[in-house]
Amino acid sequence: MGHGILLSGADNIDFMVHGIFKYSFFGHEVWITTTHVCLLIVMLILIGFAIAANRTMCKAAEVPSGFQNVVELVVEKLDSMVDGTMGKGAPGFYNYIGTIFIFILFSNISGLLGLRPPTADYGVTLPLGILTFILIHVNQFRFQKPKDIWADMCSPLPPWLPIWLPINLISEIAVPVSLSLRLFANVLSGTVMMALVYGLLGWIATAWPAALHVYFDLFSGAIQTYVFCMLTMTYISNARGDA
Amino acid sequence: MLGGNKMEFNENFILGCSAIGAGLAVIAGIGPGVGQGIAAGHAAAAVGRNPGAKSSITSTMLLGQAVAETTGLYGLLIAMLLLFVKPLLP
Repeated sequence: MGHGILLSGADNIDFMVHGIFKYSFFGHEVWITTTHVCLLIVMLILIGFAIAANRTMCKAAEVPSGFQNVVELVVEKLDSMVDGTMGKGAPGFYNYIGTIFIFILFSNISGLLGLRPPTADYGVTLPLGILTFILIHVNQFRFQKPKDIWADMCSPLPPWLPIWLPINLISEIAVPVSLSLRLFANVLSGTVMMALVYGLLGWIATAWPAALHVYFDLFSGAIQTYVFCMLTMTYISNARGDA
Repeated sequence: MLGGNKMEFNENFILGCSAIGAGLAVIAGIGPGVGQGIAAGHAAAAVGRNPGAKSSITSTMLLGQAVAETTGLYGLLIAMLLLFVKPLLP
């Protein structure tokens, strides 16, 4: 970190993404970083959970017990969240919203496992925002007439006077940027603060930073996951024209 | 180049100015603080009037607060860029 942080003895503060090894990809220098490794670990945990859930549900009992209870609870909660927000368009989005909810949640709280949260890398959150952006516009063109979309784009003024069109276009492009930056900055600020606590305080930081982990990793991570999924669902159901 | 004198700006000067800029950038946190306080206050009043709708009021409040937080986070990002990425160094 050097003298970037204006404090002495701050050399052991470390929250940056590190390259592990590089390879050449069509002449470009591409790095495999710690983010890839943490993403792989998170994905392995989720795949293990999914396989275990599948095994359990293949021989599901009428009266659920043990792990089957957990799986049914998770699926029911996620489905009811999608139902409550998206109305009659909900069934088509159970899978996508449930997947990104569980993925972002586990990514955010993976700081508890000593990993660097993958969502604290803009290269992870920007694709999530772009996926939302694509979904918004695919649904808009599937469920609305082009004339209505044009009228919506020129919105405060009548459709034959497209003065507001550039401003509305900018606000459309701001959607994925603000979605991804919100998630990224929240998780990054938690990561940086935990790194500062552990790096600067040394032996003083024993046991009590657990309380900070509860706030920065669990609470903030869960809230940001919820917000990302809620905003995605709200934007998509607005684009579909039903609520 | 000021007044014909060639002024030399060294690395430490730029780092110091970056630190001041980072401090100024996180003043953006005032706005979300006020906004989130207003949202929480109105949510508390709404729960007082209609205790049955507590869960949906809470989720609406959290959603609004998280959206209001975004501007403050932009300031935080600028501060972090200035401190850790150091874009102003030549």
